[in-house]
Amino acid sequence: MNRRTIIPIGPYHPLQEEPELFKLFCEGETVVDIEFETGYNHRGIEKINEKKTFDQVFFVVERICGICSTSHPFAYANAMEEIAGIEIPDRAKYIRSIIGELERIHSHLLWVGLAGHFLGYNTVYMWSWKYRESVLDIFEMITGNRNNYAMFKIGGVRRDIPNSMIPEIRRMLDSLKPKIALLTGAVMDDPVIHARTKGVGILTPEVIRKYGAVGPTARASGIAIDVRRDDPYAAYGMVNWNVITAEEGDVFAKAKVRLLEMVESVSIIEQCLTGLEKTKEGDTETVVREIPPGMGFGRAEAPRGEVFHFVRSDGSNMPVRHKIRAPSYVNIATFKESCIGQTVSDATIILAAVDPCYCCTERLTAAYQMVSDVRRLDGMELIRLSHEKTRNIMSQLENPGSPQKKD
Amino acid sequence: MVNDLFYFLIFPGFLFAAAGGGILSWFDRKITARVQFRKGPPFLQPFYDIIKLLAKETLVPRNSAKIPFLYAPVFALAGATLAAVFILLPAFGITTGFRGDLIVIYYFLTIPSVSWIIGAMATGNPLAITGASREMKLILSYELAFLLILAAVIYKSGMTLNVADIIDYQKQNGPLAASLSGILLLIAFVFCIQAKLGMVPFDIAEAETEITAGMFIEYSGFTYAMVKLTRYILLLVLPSFLVILFLGGFRWNGIGILWSVLKILAVVLVLTLVRNTNPRLKLGQAMRFFFVGMNLLVIAAFVLSLYGL
Repeated sequence: MNRRTIIPIGPYHPLQEEPELFKLFCEGETVVDIEFETGYNHRGIEKINEKKTFDQVFFVVERICGICSTSHPFAYANAMEEIAGIEIPDRAKYIRSIIGELERIHSHLLWVGLAGHFLGYNTVYMWSWKYRESVLDIFEMITGNRNNYAMFKIGGVRRDIPNSMIPEIRRMLDSLKPKIALLTGAVMDDPVIHARTKGVGILTPEVIRKYGAVGPTARASGIAIDVRRDDPYAAYGMVNWNVITAEEGDVFAKAKVRLLEMVESVSIIEQCLTGLEKTKEGDTETVVREIPPGMGFGRAEAPRGEVFHFVRSDGSNMPVRHKIRAPSYVNIATFKESCIGQTVSDATIILAAVDPCYCCTERLTAAYQMVSDVRRLDGMELIRLSHEKTRNIMSQLENPGSPQKKD
Repeated sequence: MVNDLFYFLIFPGFLFAAAGGGILSWFDRKITARVQFRKGPPFLQPFYDIIKLLAKETLVPRNSAKIPFLYAPVFALAGATLAAVFILLPAFGITTGFRGDLIVIYYFLTIPSVSWIIGAMATGNPLAITGASREMKLILSYELAFLLILAAVIYKSGMTLNVADIIDYQKQNGPLAASLSGILLLIAFVFCIQAKLGMVPFDIAEAETEITAGMFIEYSGFTYAMVKLTRYILLLVLPSFLVILFLGGFRWNGIGILWSVLKILAVVLVLTLVRNTNPRLKLGQAMRFFFVGMNLLVIAAFVLSLYGL
């Protein structure tokens, strides 16, 4: 007798902070199939950005993700600077890297805490979130905000880090190091955590390549991809650091990669602080008067993986097209491989292990037929809509004056 | 008859056990909070919870079997209360003349879990049913160890089935935990209590982040208040049971009162610390832990006690 039960995880579930639906098709406790629906939170950011000036877009993309709120401005800034063809001052590069790495630390601490919570280990949850507070304090000191730092602008950064502040930042980082070490020890040496996470949800390198997964998810399977090293931006080419990889591909390996990455991040920040001391205070910006027509690609390594931004400019002060791809978009697809055959208990931690960020990813709004059955947009229809949109944009580019067709 | 009703409803039954359990529940939550750098709830919070739940609407799922769904918490509460009566009466030195109450206690302690399983099965909710099947497997795994521990205790205290006699035996010969076999049994018993109370690492049946609340997902208002009360009572009853079986019972005169309270708090503290320093086990791992680990431990302890160790 093969009776399948659907165990729903979502749209509202303690496992997820955001609304999305995973249907686990189970036989007994074994997951035999998985189906997921996102799109509950679709905000149409790309479309909104077409009505914002290049400077305003920063504030919109910063709000794409509440946790990695610098990764999107980072990628967008890289894209814009490619269009404008400018090089930013070294001091701005260092400051950008500092912000990016601090964010990686706080994001990874947040994940470690949540992973503990999902395993029922609430002490790890509370401890790591307490330690995360000190990172947010550094942010508050540097940028004035605990989150959504508003530090980036085209050609540089909005605020300088005064050299007088550097010793204080170093002191706070030093106090963070033993905390990270303690947490690393607590997770890596706990036999029950080993029992829960080792050999669970293994992603092989082939699967990673097939789905194009990025970030710690890929690095935990032995694929050393990291935009910071492969396509150095900001100050990452100017400092020494290692890409952390693990071979196993299970949940434990992902935790290990993240925990060790935090140590690397601290080292990057310290080197950047040294770099700051060598550059002139206040030299944080290359002034950009206007953005020429053209296309720009920007990549940045967010805590979850590669963020990709594409911007097309027609010489006005607004983007004609702004395309965003967040890392979770490729990472969550790997659930299809990693969850099937596992139990429900394992499936939940596997779902959390790629550190999915759904608000970054939301892009499809489901279409409902008014009268009869619920229907979603299928592949062909999406392609048709995409073609239509491209045609629309092309005609806009050819005759800039013509009214935009409604799509 | 009036006496029996008094025992059941007021002391040491329902009212006393619920109040005592509520206080222990506060203690558990406060310690947990302090371990986690939090402030923790005020002293009366467990009782505020109950009052709030009583004032809330009780929802009954449309597709549920209503009678088992609604009666299950009542039976669970009654079972836990009866267990409280049978365990706490000898603890307070009140003898009823009933011999063989250890076996009755063993059955009463199983009633809450079994009732909850029936109630969860009646909801028709897939998450509740998953929780119920997990609880069922968990019961099957820890009950054998639990029974073997009781058998070992019976053997060690001179072949008596009477709780009062076990206490008397310990008063004369020192607590049972004072021997090597006693310590092994005590360790196994702590884990069995952990599983019976549904605490991490054995909160598999209600794993919040997996199956939201498992067995209790559909309970609300009055019915959930009863579930909570049952758990308060069990939180008092099971540690008391441990103190009676292994730590020499209670004394209610002079400095003995302080010692008795400290014994209970110490047991709850151990449970709380275990709960706060472990992640949740998977069902298979928990079953292996009890079937293989705990059963072997208890049997080893049994053999040791045969040699008088």
